[in-house]
Amino acid sequence: MLSYILRRIIWLIPVFIAVSLITFTLMHLTPGGPWDTLNAKTVSPAIRENIKKKYNLDKPLPQQYIEYMAAAVRGDLGPAFSSNKSVSQIITEGFPLTAALGLAALGIAIFIGIPLGVLAALRHNSIIDQTSMFIVTLGISVPSFVLSLTMIVLFSVAFRILPYQYQRDSWQSWLMPAAILALGPTALLLRLTRAATLEVLNEDYIRTARAKGLPTFVVNSRHVLRNALIPVITLLGPLTASLITGSFVVESIFGVPGIGRTFITSVTKRDYSLLMGTTLFYTLIIVAFNLLVDLTYSFIDPRITRV
Amino acid sequence: MATFQPARNIVSLKETSSEAITTPRQLAIKRYRKNRLAVAGLVVVLFFLGVALLADFISPFDYRYQASDGTIDAPPGHVDVKTGRVNTLGTDDLGRDILTRLIYGTRVSLMVGVVANLVVVAIGVPLGLIAGFFGGVVDNLIMRFTDIMYAFPDLLLVIIITATFGRSLWVVFIALGVASWVTMARLVRGQVLQTKQMDYVLGARSIGARSMRLMAQHIFPNILGPIMVLVTLGIPAAIIAEATLTFLGLGVEPSTPTWGTMVDAARPGIFSRPGEVLIPALAIAALSLAFTFVGDGVRDGFDPRTK
Repeated sequence: MLSYILRRIIWLIPVFIAVSLITFTLMHLTPGGPWDTLNAKTVSPAIRENIKKKYNLDKPLPQQYIEYMAAAVRGDLGPAFSSNKSVSQIITEGFPLTAALGLAALGIAIFIGIPLGVLAALRHNSIIDQTSMFIVTLGISVPSFVLSLTMIVLFSVAFRILPYQYQRDSWQSWLMPAAILALGPTALLLRLTRAATLEVLNEDYIRTARAKGLPTFVVNSRHVLRNALIPVITLLGPLTASLITGSFVVESIFGVPGIGRTFITSVTKRDYSLLMGTTLFYTLIIVAFNLLVDLTYSFIDPRITRV
Repeated sequence: MATFQPARNIVSLKETSSEAITTPRQLAIKRYRKNRLAVAGLVVVLFFLGVALLADFISPFDYRYQASDGTIDAPPGHVDVKTGRVNTLGTDDLGRDILTRLIYGTRVSLMVGVVANLVVVAIGVPLGLIAGFFGGVVDNLIMRFTDIMYAFPDLLLVIIITATFGRSLWVVFIALGVASWVTMARLVRGQVLQTKQMDYVLGARSIGARSMRLMAQHIFPNILGPIMVLVTLGIPAAIIAEATLTFLGLGVEPSTPTWGTMVDAARPGIFSRPGEVLIPALAIAALSLAFTFVGDGVRDGFDPRTK
């Protein structure tokens, strides 16, 4: 087990090198630089050279990359080009907000998706089942910006009951972004829980449990639920990772100052260090949660052993 | 003594035997036609396809035409001074006919669904086939490469590619495909691992069939079902991704008539003219919903167990 964990962690090193190298190369291939918007008349070439020097852009690209990575390993992601803060500072400021919103959405998704999924499977082909499957299709095929704008038109324009802009200390302004963020994950959880429960219900051990006269409630909670939730837990890892890294769309529409929005601005402003920093941060979260899931998976289901 | 009742059994035997004669494809079509939502989805898709093909003939205006008298944001039913034609849905912030741009936007959304998935198939299928068929070092290399691509945030890859190679339609289409072939490669590899154990593959191998022939003639046709399912479900995903990117200002250029650019352009006026936002937004939702229903139908057709 320990060697498995170690191997997995060591494997992360080439992943990080590859992701950072691809991002770095593509970023510098991208036409346009961070200082293109400076006025050519007022900013002399000498000043430009100084700016380049300050942000370490005057050296050859391979050297820039190695120096950047060497600093990044020590936790120093460098200064952001487009603001006075450092990249680490921007991430540590934006991330808690993004993560809080994501966790709120995850909470909604878990409390609606999983129970409804179990219920839909237990009452297979009933109205509840059909309604849930409709929610699933809706959640998967309606893009979040379409949903966001439709909800803004409904709740902010027509009924005027919810604010359309995020405000730090108004809980009402959290409702729409959290609900919209939750819809996709709710659909995924619902569909998976339903499918897993349906499969478990057909197992022989369920028939045995029923045949020996156990009350339905005991069969459902102890035998069905425990087995059906194993695949659901696997999904929770990547789901949490994607939720707490935020949504570019929802954050831009509702003006949430989280890292999802930061990422978009870093691309449009060609803020190299901010783009590299956020990409590495995203990758770290995604791989960490995938690893976590793989490990918990082998704990809950003893049939899966990894040597 | 109970009376002997053979009649019912004979009838049911007849039914099953007549079903056994039908080919798998006929069975799939039969199952598809039973799914009412899938049939309705297909009708909607065909409608949009018709609109896209006939765009030049059914559009009341040219999609670049701006109202000659300088009217912008005209309400529905406004009559254009120069041509005398009616702007059925009004005009946008540059005085262009909304209905016309909606019609031309259909083309882009349908094209992105098809082209992005062609790219996914072109990259994912060969890689998955080779990895699964040859195994060993080749498999290891390809799968580690897909791991790296999996860790790389999808949206980031698309944004970087479009920023590098320009924001033309084709670049966006191909970038979306490049960002999402990993799932296809994994699926194909898994299917190949199962299929290559089959006796007919062994049989072909023992009469001297080469690797290429085994892959192309014996394995590929037998894993076509799951590939088709993934492609049909990938179409709405690509449509949503393109619309979302464009909406964020990171996809195709704003002058191109797409539903994403229309929503983006109309967004500042959401309080005064919410219809201008909702119409293209709901068109996106309708098309991707229709494709999702079609995808569900195809999946049921090929693999009735998942129902």
